[in-house]
Amino acid sequence: MSAQVTEAPHEALGLSPVDLLRMHRHMLTARLIDEASLRQNRMGRAPFVVPVSGHEGCQIGTASALRPGTDVWLPYYRDLGVVLVAGLSPYEIFLGVFSKADDPSSGGRQMPSHWGSKQLGIVSHSSPIATQIPHAAGIAYAMRYRNEDAVAAVWFGEGATSEGDWHEGLNFAAIHHLPVIFVCENNEYAISVPQDKQMAVRDVATRAAGYGMPGVVVDGSDVLACYEVMRDALARALAGEGPTLIECKTYRYLPHTSDDDDKTYRSREEVAEHRHHDPIDRFTTYLIEHDLFDHERMQAMHDEVKGEVEAAIAAAWDAADPDPATVLRHVFAEQDDR
Amino acid sequence: MSATNVVTAIRDALHGEMAADDRLVLLGEDVGARGGVFKVTQGFVDDFGEQRVIDTPLAESGIVGVAIGMALHGLIPIAEIEFADFIHPAFDQIVSEAARMRYRTNGDWGCPMVIRAPCGGGIHGALYHSQSIEAFYAHVPGLKVVMPSTPADAAGLLRAAIRDPDPVLFLEHKKSYRAVSGEVPEGDHVEPIGVADIKRAGTDLTVITYGYELHRCLEAADRLADDEGIEAEIVDVRTLAPLDTATILASVRSTSRALVVYEDNRTYGAGAEIAATVAEEAMFELDAPIVRVGGPDIPAMPYAAALEHYYTEPSPDHLYVAMRELARF
Repeated sequence: MSAQVTEAPHEALGLSPVDLLRMHRHMLTARLIDEASLRQNRMGRAPFVVPVSGHEGCQIGTASALRPGTDVWLPYYRDLGVVLVAGLSPYEIFLGVFSKADDPSSGGRQMPSHWGSKQLGIVSHSSPIATQIPHAAGIAYAMRYRNEDAVAAVWFGEGATSEGDWHEGLNFAAIHHLPVIFVCENNEYAISVPQDKQMAVRDVATRAAGYGMPGVVVDGSDVLACYEVMRDALARALAGEGPTLIECKTYRYLPHTSDDDDKTYRSREEVAEHRHHDPIDRFTTYLIEHDLFDHERMQAMHDEVKGEVEAAIAAAWDAADPDPATVLRHVFAEQDDR
Repeated sequence: MSATNVVTAIRDALHGEMAADDRLVLLGEDVGARGGVFKVTQGFVDDFGEQRVIDTPLAESGIVGVAIGMALHGLIPIAEIEFADFIHPAFDQIVSEAARMRYRTNGDWGCPMVIRAPCGGGIHGALYHSQSIEAFYAHVPGLKVVMPSTPADAAGLLRAAIRDPDPVLFLEHKKSYRAVSGEVPEGDHVEPIGVADIKRAGTDLTVITYGYELHRCLEAADRLADDEGIEAEIVDVRTLAPLDTATILASVRSTSRALVVYEDNRTYGAGAEIAATVAEEAMFELDAPIVRVGGPDIPAMPYAAALEHYYTEPSPDHLYVAMRELARF
């Protein structure tokens, strides 16, 4: 008789302890940057910030299945966790928060959280909702045309799925079986409008059938489950089988932005209940249960990340502001731009 | 040199560019097997394949949005909007995305793409196949708007638009497609974007125009010269954004009279910008007030022949009369 060995979920996914700790660190970094950003806003040093807390599981889970340097990322403004995985550093994040000259996303031109970096393959986005969805389809078309072994992944909230561009982007991608992954972070509210006033279906994922692509629902507080569905979607895309719509059920713990008051549209009890399903706590528990982490190491990592974030804030705050003389530049290409 | 019409000149230039650079892809409604409703891309799908000549779903915002994505990832898309009247759903993609990509990324990302759109009226197209849309887009920094009116300019400016590192809205007046013929230089002839062209030399007044109105102005100016010896200089703007103010102002300074003619309805149109430029820069060199002749301020060009005719000629020979009156002022 052979002993029955039960494989841990992360082992079944091919994730090593190093992978798991990296994912955990990204989640913690996103949370601590988020909390620090809101403090900077309340201190009067950042006019506007966009919270992420609550979304770390679905963002880091899905993003960690992609390959930095190969795949292309099209985040929306809440995707701090995605862009950390894609390669933006806390220092670069705070250059954006403080709208500094060296902000890699826009040199202080856009609001914070409108990330972009050609070098990292993070596509710049605007504030109108869902405009990046057709871009993802176009990028995926170009990837296939150029015989690249790559995918485009695009993230958005459930409110985005009401926009015409969302429909047009998914439809085009499905028709051409493009290597693109659509990731919905369904946090139940589009600013204040609840999902039942946004759509008459319970799951965004059911809409996938209307485009002829698979739709998957996943628990957004379960980082490994999010990783798994993204990994499967990546495999499908790379195999030429076309796009996938992933819906992560998640929740935003903080207001929509620093200018929002979420007490006007949802109860404190509701928010408190959701905080019981914190994706970071859940993953921490998983790591401890699998002997990959203990409270001592957890505290050490927390202190280390906190120190990194504080150092990033100090350095970014001291960085140079944009030169007003540059405001007229880059309307059109300059010299060797293309 | 060989004589050809505008639609053939565009087709030939587009075909040549496609053959020379495999980063170019076409996308739009009916551009494939049908070859476009005006046959600009007739035969292209056979020559270049379905990968490069893409019949899209009927979704203009998606056409432009997908094209932007292609441009961001190494291709040079040429999106066709079947009629300019149908471009409005794509306004957000053009204005918020394509035109602002370079500025909002501080020069990091560029958006090299062309959006072709047949525009203008006088072909029994009614309210939704006759519109002039240039003013909406010429207002937008980050976007270039060109509107050639002759076969040579159409070919040369299309090549320039395709090779431009920034998004270009390429407007083709559909009445000119087959009604206007002319010589097209052989070979790799490129007309630079942002340069106006003097289509008729003259000393008595300057007419600043573009689109199919250019041809109406040229015809009226020739008769006026024959009838009364009044010589109008006619400036074809060709590019609405960026506007070649130097050529316009030099001509106006030489004639001291400025008439601005455009098909779009008059109020807040491109003619207002041109007239304002002349007023700001050359007011004291003028011998007469600036005159604008635009279309009537009605929502769009109506269908019935008599109504449509009123739009383009509200009073008998109105361009001829306007030129004569300004010259005599």
